[in-house]
Amino acid sequence: MQTLEQIKDRILAAFPGAPLEIIPNGSPASQPSLLLAPGQAREIAKFLRDDQELRFDYASNATGVDWPEKTVREKVKTKRIVDGVENETEELVERKTPAFLEAVYHLYSMALGHGPLVIRLRTANRTDNVALPSLTPIWRSCEFQEREIFDLFGIVFQGHPDLRRILMWDNFIDHPMRKDYVPADAAEVQL
Amino acid sequence: MEELYNWGRKNSLWPLQFGLACCAIEMIAASMARFDMARFGAEVFRPSPRQADLMIVSGTITKKMAPQVVRLFNQMPEPKYVIAMGSCAISGGPFRDGYNVLQGIDLYLPVDIYIPGCPPRPEALLEGLMHLQQKIARQRLTGPERPRHLDEKAPGEFPVPDFGPHDLVGPRLNKDA
Repeated sequence: MQTLEQIKDRILAAFPGAPLEIIPNGSPASQPSLLLAPGQAREIAKFLRDDQELRFDYASNATGVDWPEKTVREKVKTKRIVDGVENETEELVERKTPAFLEAVYHLYSMALGHGPLVIRLRTANRTDNVALPSLTPIWRSCEFQEREIFDLFGIVFQGHPDLRRILMWDNFIDHPMRKDYVPADAAEVQL
Repeated sequence: MEELYNWGRKNSLWPLQFGLACCAIEMIAASMARFDMARFGAEVFRPSPRQADLMIVSGTITKKMAPQVVRLFNQMPEPKYVIAMGSCAISGGPFRDGYNVLQGIDLYLPVDIYIPGCPPRPEALLEGLMHLQQKIARQRLTGPERPRHLDEKAPGEFPVPDFGPHDLVGPRLNKDA
């Protein structure tokens, strides 16, 4: 199996200038993933499936992640000249991370026996712009899992053949796996 | 007469044949030869609610499943009894704070016997069944203590919950449960 950098270069050779980003993973698993831009995602997914060197013909898992907005505090070293003497000081800088929803796909190649390749797609925000291109036309196994992501996270997959709720009932309007979801009966019954 | 009537009912409790989760596996084990629920006259699991006397709610009741469970109970003829088997059926158990789990079937059904456990052993189910038999044997057919099916004012049907936009909607049996 090629490394993620090689796969990225291979995609860039086929799609010049495609916005790709390798997301590092700081956990012990240290499994990096590849962030695709939603606009070109389906073409790149088709390329990953059909390319003779890669042949990722099996999407084993599709899942969602909710990233709400949060404030991160970082120490930033800055150099300042005070009274002609250069001092290095540390400053605490607060910044806000953007809020978005994410769909994560794990791809394997049955034909060549390698994998997984983790690809991610991100929505523009968490509220009104939550559409992503569906990858069900590329991998049939994504159909129910994208329905589940739609149900529990509220990502609307454009191009999905049958986008309905799969776990909750049809006139349910919330998305239970979002971080800010509070169950309707949470405060009602107390032990 | 009362004794004969109760004796007949308590020794031919026919459970409704359905299972909701892992507790149902223990219920199946209890009905098979090793634990042999037939010793108590309760081995005839009926596939139709019209022929059943006892509903063993064995497992987690999801909110999506709850209306169907209540509807099945409504379709059973009186006299009928409910056993809540396992912590999920009693209170929601480990999934109590989940978004799609009912916090106990006693919100919608009149439970006679609660069997704690996760899941309860088949022996526990048999113990619960024996308690239910004792409860039936103690029933008076007249007076204020008479069973539901002999009481004109008692409800004949239990309200089936509806799917709302956030949660199940509709009247609940026991609001303080």
